[in-house]
Amino acid sequence: MSTATTLIDKMVDRWGRRLVIGTPYLYLILVFSIPFFVVLKLSVSTSNDGIRFEDLTTFNDWVFNLTASFQKYRFLLQDDLYLNTYGSSLKFATINTLICLFIGYPFAYFMARSPVSMRPVLLMLVSLPFWTSYLLRVYAWRGLLDDSGTVNSLLIWLGAIDEPIKMMHTAFSMTVGMVYTYLPFMILPLYANLVKMDGRLIEAANDLGAGPMRAFWLVTVPLSKNGIIAGSMLVFIPSVGEYVIPELLGGPETLMIGRVLWDEFFANNDWAMASAVAVTMVILILFPLALFNKYQTAAVGRGTA
Amino acid sequence: MAANLATTAHKSFVRIDRLTKRFGDVAAVDNVSLDIEQGEIFALLGSSGCGKSTLLRMLAGFETPSEGNISLEGESVIGMPPHQRPMNMMFQSYALFPHLTVWENIAFGLKRDGMPRAQIAARVEEMLNMVQLKRYAKRKPHQLSGGQQQRVALARCLAKQPKLLLLDEPLGALDRKLREQTQFELVSIIKSVGVTCVLVTHDQEEAMTMADRIAVMSEGRFIQVGKPHEIYETPNSRFVADFIGKVNLFDGVLAIDEPDHCAIDTPEGRFYVAHGITGTIGMDVSVALRPEKIGLQTEAPTDTSSNAFRGTVVDSGYYGSFSVYRVELAGGRKIQVAITHAERHVELYRRGDALWVTCSAQSLVVLIS
Ligand SMILES: Nc1ncnc2c1ncn2[C@@H]1O[C@H](COP(=O)(O)OP(=O)(O)O)[C@@H](O)[C@H]1O
Ligand SMILES: [Mg+2]
Repeated sequence: MSTATTLIDKMVDRWGRRLVIGTPYLYLILVFSIPFFVVLKLSVSTSNDGIRFEDLTTFNDWVFNLTASFQKYRFLLQDDLYLNTYGSSLKFATINTLICLFIGYPFAYFMARSPVSMRPVLLMLVSLPFWTSYLLRVYAWRGLLDDSGTVNSLLIWLGAIDEPIKMMHTAFSMTVGMVYTYLPFMILPLYANLVKMDGRLIEAANDLGAGPMRAFWLVTVPLSKNGIIAGSMLVFIPSVGEYVIPELLGGPETLMIGRVLWDEFFANNDWAMASAVAVTMVILILFPLALFNKYQTAAVGRGTA
Repeated sequence: MAANLATTAHKSFVRIDRLTKRFGDVAAVDNVSLDIEQGEIFALLGSSGCGKSTLLRMLAGFETPSEGNISLEGESVIGMPPHQRPMNMMFQSYALFPHLTVWENIAFGLKRDGMPRAQIAARVEEMLNMVQLKRYAKRKPHQLSGGQQQRVALARCLAKQPKLLLLDEPLGALDRKLREQTQFELVSIIKSVGVTCVLVTHDQEEAMTMADRIAVMSEGRFIQVGKPHEIYETPNSRFVADFIGKVNLFDGVLAIDEPDHCAIDTPEGRFYVAHGITGTIGMDVSVALRPEKIGLQTEAPTDTSSNAFRGTVVDSGYYGSFSVYRVELAGGRKIQVAITHAERHVELYRRGDALWVTCSAQSLVVLIS
């Protein structure tokens, strides 16, 4: 009797554990892996009109046939448009990440150092923009940065300039919009990391002869490495594929891969090409990050992080 | 070093002068003065919140005094930031840098001094040998036991050859067994290096065994400063007598007061004490009597020079090396008596036994405050 109950308990325990651990995996399989393989399949399929595809695998006369075409990938590598756009996407994502880091770090640092009673208010202020639609907020920047927008009007009124400065539809306006949008994603993980930091470590560094700046670079920054990594990933990854901000605030020189993807799907109706572009983007982002993560986990295991 | 000694011989090494630190309108440290000699291990002892850490942090430079002065070798250190003070502090739970190895932790302070590489390596090596952690040089702090972390923290402090070593609850994070062993190790290292040391503790045993002198603190003030035996055997107040070790206190009035002896009348009877107090007859005083200074016997004492009272055993506790009896005196007052087991233990007295409680006049202290 009692052995039977413990056996049941054990099974409930084991399966309960599997269920809990399994749920996120199931979620990832459903919303990431399956769609990804659908897109991957499309990218190597052949079609006449770009939308209806021939079967990738056939099974005739006991012979199994796999027909995959890498023509789209070849095309992608040969055409400068794609490579340049990947390059510019990575460039703008990197710039965005760096600016967010330089603004976000001091921001998070002083939030974490502020009196405990102030912190909930500051946190709320950082997340306040989320209360309005992202699209509206990005759109609002047009009103600010346009030739006849608030900033130019103000500068002209102040007499600082005679002619409006062209800010809209430039790399500048797009970067402003990107930084504005992604800054909270940098601040929040950094704050979460910095707020946990033991103030006595800084004191210990001071005590051992490091002035405030030295202590910051030698202790605070290395110890917030995980927060820097988390924040940078949260900003960098979605920045690469960003579509709305370049579309609304960007100009001709800010062509990003999201736009190319859109055009392939909806303008050229070339789904296979669009899929190849998407797959390449995922590989471009995912592989370095996966490698980095693996190194990072190993480092944590060795205790060097 | 020799030159320093010569010029400061007449001054005290560390001088704390009317030091006060207020947080808001609460004084965490309240008008405290103290001289510490070179090479001395000095303990600040008091219960939690009495201001020990605040005083230590003012020495290290992490807190700015509201009033008063601190000087080292005759020169004020007020206004000098922590990273310039020739003192090093071992923090309460060590504050080792988790991202650096043991080796790098110890080298941290040396690098800040701009010491040449080869010299740093030699010095770190020397420190690692001293705390016997050479094999662990490449480990990270979290891969060490509590005792090993404590030794790394000590090595990190001593690597810079500070003039003053500050220890905040140095053994607080260790378990009991390890604590006793580490206590002696720590003292022997500090003494062999010869560094002057101020340590903070709430553990009276730790203070007594480690320190050359102790300041008993309460509410930001020093209640008594003295050598361990002075504080234990001649406490200057009810507070100190009660705080350090166990004590039976008898309240009474002064009946006889001569230069070499006095007598106190208490509800339990008259106590003869072998010292005078230069008070006024009839004033309220207390008599302090340590449990281990009391004798128990079944026959009426014949020696009339001792104080003797009738009592009844209420209960007893066996502690291995000694037993503690609670004895009720004639007036109903219960006192603690500790009897050392000089021989293998047999239960000497049982509950309900009627007996005599004795104590010599030399074992008593009269407390005025
Ligand atoms: N930074 C601070 N701000 C306000 N009050 C403090 C601060 N540091 C210490 N105190 C107060 O000062 C008193 C003494 O603290 P502390 O020196 O840490 O005591 P101890 O080390 O003896 O336990 C306590 O009442 C504590 O609350
Ligand atoms: Mg403390």
